[in-house]
Amino acid sequence: MEAFTRIDAVAVPLARANVDTDQIVPALYLQKPRSDNFGDYLFHDVRHDAEGRRRADFILNEPVYAKARILVAGANFGCGSSREHAVWALYDGGIRAVIAPSFGDIFHTNALKNGLLPVRLPEAEVRRLLGELLANPGMHLQVDLEAQTVGSANAPALHFEVDAFARLCLLGGLDEIDFTLGQRDAIEAFEQRAATAHAA
Amino acid sequence: MPTPDRDMPAPAPRTLFDKIWDAHVVTRREDGQSLLYVDRHLVQDGSAPGFEMLRQRGLPVRRPDLAFATPDHYVPTGSRRLADIADPEKRAMAEALEQDSAAAGIRFFGIDDPRQGIVHVVGPEQGLSLPGSVIVCGDSHTATHGALGALAFGIGASEVAHVLATQTLWRVRPGTLRVQIDGRLAEGVSAKDIILAVIARIGAAGGVGQVIEYAGEAIRALPMAGRMTVCNMSIEAGARAGMIAPDDVTFEWLAGRPEAPSGPAWDAAVARWRQLPSDDGASFDREVRLQAEDIAPMVTWGNSPEDALPISGRVPLPSDASTPERRESMQRTMSYMGLRPGQPLSELAIDRVFIGSCTNGRIEDMRSAAAVARGRRVAEGVEAWVVPGSGLVKQQAEAEGLDAIFLAAGFQWRHAGCSMCLGTNGDQVAPGQRCASTSNRNFVGRQGPGSRTHLMSPAMAAAAAVTGRLTDVRRLLSAPH
Repeated sequence: MEAFTRIDAVAVPLARANVDTDQIVPALYLQKPRSDNFGDYLFHDVRHDAEGRRRADFILNEPVYAKARILVAGANFGCGSSREHAVWALYDGGIRAVIAPSFGDIFHTNALKNGLLPVRLPEAEVRRLLGELLANPGMHLQVDLEAQTVGSANAPALHFEVDAFARLCLLGGLDEIDFTLGQRDAIEAFEQRAATAHAA
Repeated sequence: MPTPDRDMPAPAPRTLFDKIWDAHVVTRREDGQSLLYVDRHLVQDGSAPGFEMLRQRGLPVRRPDLAFATPDHYVPTGSRRLADIADPEKRAMAEALEQDSAAAGIRFFGIDDPRQGIVHVVGPEQGLSLPGSVIVCGDSHTATHGALGALAFGIGASEVAHVLATQTLWRVRPGTLRVQIDGRLAEGVSAKDIILAVIARIGAAGGVGQVIEYAGEAIRALPMAGRMTVCNMSIEAGARAGMIAPDDVTFEWLAGRPEAPSGPAWDAAVARWRQLPSDDGASFDREVRLQAEDIAPMVTWGNSPEDALPISGRVPLPSDASTPERRESMQRTMSYMGLRPGQPLSELAIDRVFIGSCTNGRIEDMRSAAAVARGRRVAEGVEAWVVPGSGLVKQQAEAEGLDAIFLAAGFQWRHAGCSMCLGTNGDQVAPGQRCASTSNRNFVGRQGPGSRTHLMSPAMAAAAAVTGRLTDVRRLLSAPH
């Protein structure tokens, strides 16, 4: 995964709430190895018709969004199954940031581990961004992780919150498992305390 | 015994969640995240990517003794042979779990072991899931184990690797939501109807960032199986976890299970567990109350579990939608589900029935479905399956003669696994088919591409099987056969 700093890219508006991870990547592909290009499976069943042709009425299929790196969606994006493959599919499909009013908790955690930035913005701001993007297909947004802002041509930059540790990991400076292995003494002390308490 | 210090303020009342959380914090990070110790790591055959991440780093499994593995997602339910999994990649998932478990020294119940089954059925059944513990699994329905008074939640592959390597996880302390169900359920109304009614009330994102504690008379009155059904679908309300305070029902159910403490250790454990329920006056970030008498048998009509209505209801009208996005979403759903606005739900003819899953694959669920199926026949043109949640549930059902009831009625009686809940093993609903299902998700394509899922209780699914359409099971309970 590449370090995340700032992206200035086409943003695709997916004006739907409760986009679940079964839609993002159907269960049919969960046994595939990570070395596969999961972008091929991204939104597979909503993106294709029964004959396997790309549906003209699904927005990600529009040529103007072929190079989109930002996805703007409705509330509760990534709800449902814990499959990390949903994050892999978005990442391999070129998406580096998803902007939504809220996220499924497990998806949100999975995204931060894989270089995909989930950006929470107030519902009204997301609604405004969706409106702007739908009116101007191919419009760019700027997502700056260092400054923690989302910028667009017609409005002042919006600030977003992100967990400080996850931000450092995404910026490329930290690995979480290595960091936790550094807490070995605390973990062992906890295990000893717990063993004593239960033996009492 | 220390004497209470008069100058010390009384400790603030704490919730069940607070007590478990506080007891598991190993350390805190500057950004406010806590490192939580994991007492039990449940592993299934979708966990291969987590083991692969560990291998790539050359790290050992820190506490294989705290992990437990059984294959459920990819196992065939028509036989007990992995060789019957036609797709080599799927077969490799089930095989990888056995190899990874053996290499790490993790206890493993394979497909040839009668104790194999859906990990969320097997964990509690074996006494591996205990009150007061932190339980994780690389599966979103891990909240099931919260029914025993545990803090249990699902994680992704990267965190599976993190737990394997460190036995811990970093977490921001979530908020708390108490869902109180007062009163008593009416005849024919079950735990599944409670949770569908809760999700319909608070929405699919109603619990995001929060842990739900289910409380109240109707929850206390539920047997363990029903409590597990309720907690299981917490994720469908967006919640991080769902939990129920342990009580005598819990302890009686757990006593004597193979991995539960025994002898003096059992008595000591029960004494500790009795301290777990939320203190009087403990505060929750949010409270929601429902009256049990107001809950009717529920079915879902749409592609989100929040699209749940009493069986007496009608498909909603997109013209009543509150926003244009909602209207468009409803129209898309109607088209996918093959529904007309305003259509009575009891008019919907079904093609398939699936009774099983980590939500409703326990012995009580089998009994409840069998009580409806007894002496009746599956309707012409309907294919109905019963898939027990574990090999032991299957054995118990057979000892009670439930298999004979189902088979005589024309149901298929299969082996344990996740099966048609998500179809990873090939047990799928065909495109355009309508399925009455006791599982947990009615998402687009969940039971197979183009599948149309209606979620309901085991008794309601059995009623749909024998009538061929969505049916109020209360009509069958009162009617002669």
